[in-house]
Amino acid sequence: MAHEETGSPPLLAVENLNIAFVHPGGETAITRDVSFTVNAGERVGVVGESGCGKTVTGLSLLGLLPKRTARVRGRILFQGEDLLTMSARELRRRRGRDISMIFQEPMSALDPVFTVGEQLAETLRAHYPVSRKEARERGIAALEEVGIPSPHLRIDDYPYQFSGGMRQRVMIAMALICRPKLVIADEPTTALDVTVQAQIIDLLCELSDTTGTALLFITHDLGVVAETCSRLLTMYAGEVVESAPVDTVLRRPAHPYSSGLLRSLPGLSERGGRLPSIPGRVPAPSEMPAGCRFQARCPHAADGCEQGQPLRELDRERLARCWRSAELTLPGAVT
Amino acid sequence: MNARLTPRPSTQAAGVRADRVRVHFPTRAGTVKAVDDVSFDIRPGETFGLIGESGSGKTTLGRALAGLQPLTDGRLFYDGREPSSLNRAERRRQRRDHQIIFQDPHAALNPRMTIAQSVMEPLDILGDGDRASRRRVADEALERVGLAPQIGRRYPHELSGGQKQRVNIARTLTLRPRFIVCDEVVAALDVSIRGAILNLFADLQDEFGITYAFITHDISVVSHVSDRVGVLYLGRLMEQGPAGAVCEQPLHPYTQALLSAEPLPLPSDRRDHQRRIRLQGEIPSPLNPPSGCPFRTRCPRAEARCAEQVPAWREVAPDHRVACHFAGPA
Repeated sequence: MAHEETGSPPLLAVENLNIAFVHPGGETAITRDVSFTVNAGERVGVVGESGCGKTVTGLSLLGLLPKRTARVRGRILFQGEDLLTMSARELRRRRGRDISMIFQEPMSALDPVFTVGEQLAETLRAHYPVSRKEARERGIAALEEVGIPSPHLRIDDYPYQFSGGMRQRVMIAMALICRPKLVIADEPTTALDVTVQAQIIDLLCELSDTTGTALLFITHDLGVVAETCSRLLTMYAGEVVESAPVDTVLRRPAHPYSSGLLRSLPGLSERGGRLPSIPGRVPAPSEMPAGCRFQARCPHAADGCEQGQPLRELDRERLARCWRSAELTLPGAVT
Repeated sequence: MNARLTPRPSTQAAGVRADRVRVHFPTRAGTVKAVDDVSFDIRPGETFGLIGESGSGKTTLGRALAGLQPLTDGRLFYDGREPSSLNRAERRRQRRDHQIIFQDPHAALNPRMTIAQSVMEPLDILGDGDRASRRRVADEALERVGLAPQIGRRYPHELSGGQKQRVNIARTLTLRPRFIVCDEVVAALDVSIRGAILNLFADLQDEFGITYAFITHDISVVSHVSDRVGVLYLGRLMEQGPAGAVCEQPLHPYTQALLSAEPLPLPSDRRDHQRRIRLQGEIPSPLNPPSGCPFRTRCPRAEARCAEQVPAWREVAPDHRVACHFAGPA
C-alpha cells in the first residue's frame, strides 16, 4: 500500500479482502479486493452509499460476520498478525481489548437486562484480572470520561433510562474501557440529533487524541468525515475507489464518484438552485458490470472504462480506481 | 402535459394559516405538549420549512397541517377558511387538496400491492372515472416523476429507496393536490440521490403551483428548498422568517447553535473553529418542559428572567420573528 509511512508498520493493514455470502444458489460477492491501512492513532473515514460494503467490511475486521454464510478471503493484519487465520479464542482475546466497535443504534447494541455498570465491568473483566470493586470504579471513571453527569449514580441504571445521546456515550465508554488501539465506529452519530451529534463527534476526537486510539469511521456523511478524520476511503459497489487525505479530496477528488458525492451535498449549492445528484443506483452484487463499476452512473465515462480498473497510485498519498484520474479536473466541496 | 394531471384553472395554490395551534397528548405520566401555541402562515405557492430536532413536535404539527391530527386548541385556516366551516362536498374537496408524504418510502407502500395499484389507490377510493382512465392518470403520474410506466407491474421490494419515494410522490400527484406536507421526505435516502428528489419537488411546484410545508431536521436541506422557515423547539416556534435571513443571520441562540452544529465538508484551513457553539445536554422531556423559555436549560445566554417569563413572539425585522428576550433587531 502507498500509505505506509517509512518506519513503523501500520496498525491495521487490510489486504485484498473479498467477502462473499454463500447461499443455496451459490455465492454472492459483496466486496472485491478491498485494501487499506490505518496507522496508529490515525482517524480514517469510510464513505459510500448504502450497499457499497462499508458495514460488512467493518464487521469483518472483528470477525463478526456469520461463520456459516460469510466467506472472507484475504488478509487482515492487525499489528502484523492475520486476524483471519487466528483461532476463535485468540480473536476473542483481542476483540474488546485491542479492537472494539461502536454501532449506530446504541439501544440495540446494549443489553437491556443488565445495568450499564455490569456491562462495562463485563468488558473489562473479560480481558483483565480486576476485582468487581475495581471494575466498578473503572466503569464510573469511564462514564465520567465520556461526559455522563453523576456517573456514580448512573452506573446502576439500565440502558432504557438513558437518552439517545447518553446511550451513545455509554457505548463509547464501553468501547474505550480497555484502551483499544483501534475503534471501528459504524455510523455512530446517524441516529442522533445534530446538536447531540456535534457533542459526540467532539468527544470521539478528543478521546482519540488523548488515548492515541485509531478510529475507522464508517459514515455516509462527508461533513462528519471532514470534522473528524485525516484520511478518507471512498467505497463504491464493494471496492475502494479512492484513498486520500481528507483535505485533498474535499478540494480535488480524484474519482468521479467521490466528486459526485461531494457535489450532492445541498449546502454547497446556491439556495433554491438545482441540486446535483448521481443518477441511477449502486448495482446489485449479482449484477456487477465488467470494468469500472461506476461507469453507468459516471458523467466522465469513455471508451476504456469497460476495462478492469486497478487502484492506481496518483502520488505518495493518493490512490484512485479510475484510469482518467490524471486528465480529469473534478470539482470537490470547495474551489 | 396531459390535461388530467394539470390543476383545473379555477384552483390556485393554497395558503395556510396556523393561529395559536396546540396539540396536547394526555398520557399516564402527564400531558405532553407536542405543539404549544404555534402561529405562522404559509403563503400560496411557497415552500415553508419547519426545522426541529426529535421531540420538537415537527411531525405532530405536520400531521395537524395535513388534517390527520385534531387540534387541542387554536385554529387552522386554508385559503382563509376553517375546515369546520366547510360543507360536506367542500370538505371532500379539501381532503383531496391536502396531502402528506412520509419519511420512510418503503413503509408507505403496501408490499402486497403492485406499484400501479398503489398509485391508483387514491383514485379508486375517490371513485374517479373508470378503471382505464385511472390507469392512464397513474401512468402519467409515474412518468412525470421520472419512472417508466412498466414499473407499475413491479412490487415495492424490487425498487430502490429513491424510486419508492418517486412512487409516493406520483400517487400523491394523481389527486392534483394544492398543499403537500413533506415529512422528512429525503431523510431515508442516500445523499447522492436527495438532490434529484428535491429538484423534482421544486419542478412540481413550478408546474402545478403546489404549496409545501417541508419538515426536516436537516438544516442544509431546509435552507436550500425553503422560501421561509420556522424553527421548532419543544413544541414552540423559536424563530421564523425568510430562509436567507434565518439561515445566515439567525437571531435565536437555538437557531445559531443548530446551524453551527451542522458538520461542514470543508478542509481544515477553511474551517472556522470560532463559529462553533456547542450545546450542553439534550432536548428536555416534553412531559416536563422548563418554565419560561423552553430552551433556557441549554442556552448559553440564559439568565434568571428566562426561567420566569416566556419570551414574547416579536417581529424584529420585516417578516422575521423570534421568541427570545435578548434577540435585537437584525
